Amino acid sequence: METKSFQKIYCKLTNITKATCDLMAAGVSYEEMAYVQGRAAQVVKINGDLVTLQVFAGTEGLSTDSEVVFTGSSPTLEIGDHMAGRFFNAYGKPIDGLPIREAKPVEVGGPSVNPVRRIQPNQLINTGIAGIDLNNTLVSGQKIPFFADPDQPYNEVLALIALRAKVDKIILGGMGLTWDDYLFFKHSFEQGYGHSKIIGFINTTDDSPVERLLIPDMVLSTAEYFAYEKNEKVLVLLTDMTLYANALSIVSNRMDQIPSKDSMPGSLYSDLARIYEKAVQFPDGGNITILAVTTLSGGDITHAIPDNTGYITEGQLFLRKATEIGKVIIDPFRSLSRLKQLVIGKSTRADHPQVMNAAIRIYADAANSKTKMENGFELTDYDERVLKFADDYSREILAIDVNLEIDQMLDKTWDLFMTYLTKDEVAIKKEFTDLYWTN
Amino acid sequence: MEQGKYTCKGEITAIVSNMVIVKAFGPLSQNEICYFVHDGKHIMGEVIRISGDKAYTQVFESTRGFKAGMEVLFTGQMLEVYLGPGMLTKNFDGLQNDLNKMSGIFLERGARTYPLDTDKEWAFEPLVVPGAEVTAGTWLGEVDEFGTPHKIMVPFRLKGTYKVLSIVSKGNYIISDTIAVLAAPNGTEVKVTMVQTWPVKIPITCYKEKIRPSILFETGIRVIDTMNPILEGGTGFIPGPFGSGKTVLQHALGKQAAAEVVIVAACGERANEVVELFTEFPELDDPRTGKKLIERTVIVANTSNMPVASREASVYTAMTIAEYFRAMGLRTLLLADSTSRWAQALREMSNRLEELPGPDAYPMDLSAIISNYYARSGYTLLDNNEKGSVTFIGTVSPAGGNLLEPVTESTKKVARCFFALSQDRADSKRYPAIDPLDSYSKYLEYPEFDAFAKKNIAENWLEEVEYMKNAMVRGREVYEQINILGDDGVPVDYHVIFWKSELIDFVILQQDAFDPIDSNTSIPRQKYMVEKVNQILRAQFSFDDFEEARLFFKRGIYILKQMNYSEFESEQFREFERELAEIINEKVMA
Ligand SMILES: Nc1ncnc2c1ncn2[C@@H]1O[C@H](COP(=O)(O)OP(=O)(O)OP(=O)(O)O)[C@@H](O)[C@H]1O
Ligand SMILES: [Mg+2]
Repeated sequence: METKSFQKIYCKLTNITKATCDLMAAGVSYEEMAYVQGRAAQVVKINGDLVTLQVFAGTEGLSTDSEVVFTGSSPTLEIGDHMAGRFFNAYGKPIDGLPIREAKPVEVGGPSVNPVRRIQPNQLINTGIAGIDLNNTLVSGQKIPFFADPDQPYNEVLALIALRAKVDKIILGGMGLTWDDYLFFKHSFEQGYGHSKIIGFINTTDDSPVERLLIPDMVLSTAEYFAYEKNEKVLVLLTDMTLYANALSIVSNRMDQIPSKDSMPGSLYSDLARIYEKAVQFPDGGNITILAVTTLSGGDITHAIPDNTGYITEGQLFLRKATEIGKVIIDPFRSLSRLKQLVIGKSTRADHPQVMNAAIRIYADAANSKTKMENGFELTDYDERVLKFADDYSREILAIDVNLEIDQMLDKTWDLFMTYLTKDEVAIKKEFTDLYWTN
Repeated sequence: MEQGKYTCKGEITAIVSNMVIVKAFGPLSQNEICYFVHDGKHIMGEVIRISGDKAYTQVFESTRGFKAGMEVLFTGQMLEVYLGPGMLTKNFDGLQNDLNKMSGIFLERGARTYPLDTDKEWAFEPLVVPGAEVTAGTWLGEVDEFGTPHKIMVPFRLKGTYKVLSIVSKGNYIISDTIAVLAAPNGTEVKVTMVQTWPVKIPITCYKEKIRPSILFETGIRVIDTMNPILEGGTGFIPGPFGSGKTVLQHALGKQAAAEVVIVAACGERANEVVELFTEFPELDDPRTGKKLIERTVIVANTSNMPVASREASVYTAMTIAEYFRAMGLRTLLLADSTSRWAQALREMSNRLEELPGPDAYPMDLSAIISNYYARSGYTLLDNNEKGSVTFIGTVSPAGGNLLEPVTESTKKVARCFFALSQDRADSKRYPAIDPLDSYSKYLEYPEFDAFAKKNIAENWLEEVEYMKNAMVRGREVYEQINILGDDGVPVDYHVIFWKSELIDFVILQQDAFDPIDSNTSIPRQKYMVEKVNQILRAQFSFDDFEEARLFFKRGIYILKQMNYSEFESEQFREFERELAEIINEKVMA
């Protein structure tokens, strides 16, 4: 950071904590960016001339005579078409070290869209994965997280969806990403897409946790540029939002705020909503869809992070290992896409909602039959048949590595209905059985 | 309130997020509005604590860029809303800015728009003559607002009795025209226009008295109207974990409840959900009047990404607008989704003020704030002996779905209906997921309601409902025994009791919010179905084994559901009814 001539330089810190430092400085504005001995920092509190700075990289080794330079502006990012294909750090600086060309500085964390200017989301996003397209259909402009335990392959699934989705830009926000996962994303995107579509903002496990707090704003300001100014369809991937929330709690803790549930700040809901609500369908065709990852601990969704997330997002997708086939599926029971009713049966075949519901109902019956079997009760003929149905349904349709068009998913489900069940048991409206029940 | 008239000035001394401390150079008053002069814009805030010459303020927008020493202008007035014709169909933010009048896609900081239409002409008809004695709230005249008789009233802030000196004759006027001149007891003259202002945190009390609710407030939702009724002017709340159906239920209430005016406060929830209202309400018809739903609706949208402090204001703005319509003698419904977000806004502020925290870090006086708010709803007898009501239904979003938390507990103390959404029911897609055993309506115990039901529904209505509720409870009890002892381990009778409760569940409780017919059930139809179901509940059947009982009830449920999906008393409806009678006759014991 070069200093400019009019900038005032201070060099007396009066107080240093693990994430913040205080100094006397005049004319400073709230949320202004500063550099403390070259480390990026932001004004988080002003009390007369006493200013508290949050130091993103941490305060280790800072001395009381550190040089502090205020930049005179809130966090900005050099946004422009140069970004396509590049990866940046949490401060928006290119990791490749090459210069930024033809960019304009944009203030990140800008204003919200006026709700009356939003358009109701209406475009389906195909992923080829039945757990999504068939059962929990995604819609452009939606925000939805994966709820996954840390050992599940959520980043692989995220990459897979990104590679299959037909969008103009994919913007990855990596928070606390392992270096290996960063390289995995980079390579799979470069192989799948070349350089044109991908942009990444990366904070790895090697970096300071507090730096993560900058990532979503960087990602979403970039997304707004492409979606609003260029009318592009933008898919945002945020992984892992649990690590983001943990960073929030570190900071609020250092600021002596009274924690609420699970040591999280009382403002967690608003903090997360500010991010997720950037998902939008603009009137001129551009849109921002957010797919996030919220890792759970021990599958506990009542913890403050997944709980607040669930109250904000438009559904959630659970990853589960289906033991009967030894593969990962998207759990048909606990997952939900709240926007699916805007597209299914409308942009997809009219039998879609009924087929989806009937298959899940039978799959649920199979789960009961399985419990019955495990408890040593005798199985009826119906039990036997639904168990076979569930097996095939998991293997041939739900498994995450199966890649099908929605019509194929529907046809295959009809095939399984006809193989194992009667029309009465499937109980789908007659107009559809007349069309598709062919034997 | 207009800019330009300020009681005193001040300057910023401290900033933490949206809490700003201001040193004032003059007198301060609690809850007065102030403006922060930033980049040539006036950004609104509210004084929430005074200590010496320091005003602790909450700023209604982002404080980014604020500096110590920045100028602040105090108005001496509390947050007020404009009340007058033209609010129906409008989309306001929490501070009553008309969102549709704002330019651009993004909400610009400091942007404000006037909530009413200054140029629109209204066909005014006087209701009083010169010489009449009037008091605050007296109806001076009325205009027609999409078929709703919108009363023009003596401003609520006037105290004492006034005399009408003059009133304009029937004709077209804009809201700022003087429509009447009143004389105060001391002779001073007051000009009255069609618009007045009122501070949102003060209840409008222009009525003779509050009376106990007695009239059923029809919602068309069976598990509410039949099982846990809410009354006109009553209160209720809907707690439930995320995804359990709070918003779908509130939208259903907003669409089909028997209200003349509906105020929807979207408080700290998703923007796409209000977009749904903006998109659907102009298209859908009010089932009772045939006009468009939007024409009886006011939306106050302060979604989760809009500033937190104005989230708090939004619920008061919505309540004040509801009270205004009540003073016109209208049946008003106020919906707030979610009151937990409002409580969280209070919590954020209380923490920044470093107040002593109560349970879960909420402010200590949370209970009092919630109960004062609920107390503003109610059924009123106006000074002219007409009646008006505000029925209030709020949602609560308990952390982790656990109902033992401060917002749920505080609300439970004041709301008379408790519509508890259950995760299990939502998971098994038994919508609406209102738990039949945990939920209650205290109005079932009101003798006033008993009298109303006897006269307007059926002589033995409450007994019938009670009978059904008991059958539900017994069904649940035997279900647990069947689970422990196995299907064969209990007598067939137990299965019958269980299946009777399933019949209630599938036919009365469950209701398809997305089906054009099933979603909205009239009271005569609810009565009809209750009697039909109770007949089956009272009947003795003879089954050889539990499998036969299961098949019988499955069939019965299927037919009754088809009846729910058919037009009431249509040929198709009758057809299913006959089919039902046949299968019953086969199995019933004489
Ligand atoms: N009556 C119903 N009929 C059919 N589906 C329903 C019904 N109620 C809820 N659902 C389903 O559940 C989903 C979630 O419902 P809703 O948005 O009302 O939940 P919520 O309780 O408001 O959640 P949150 O607290 O997160 O806002 C809906 O998108 C819909 O798919
Ligand atoms: Mg909701």
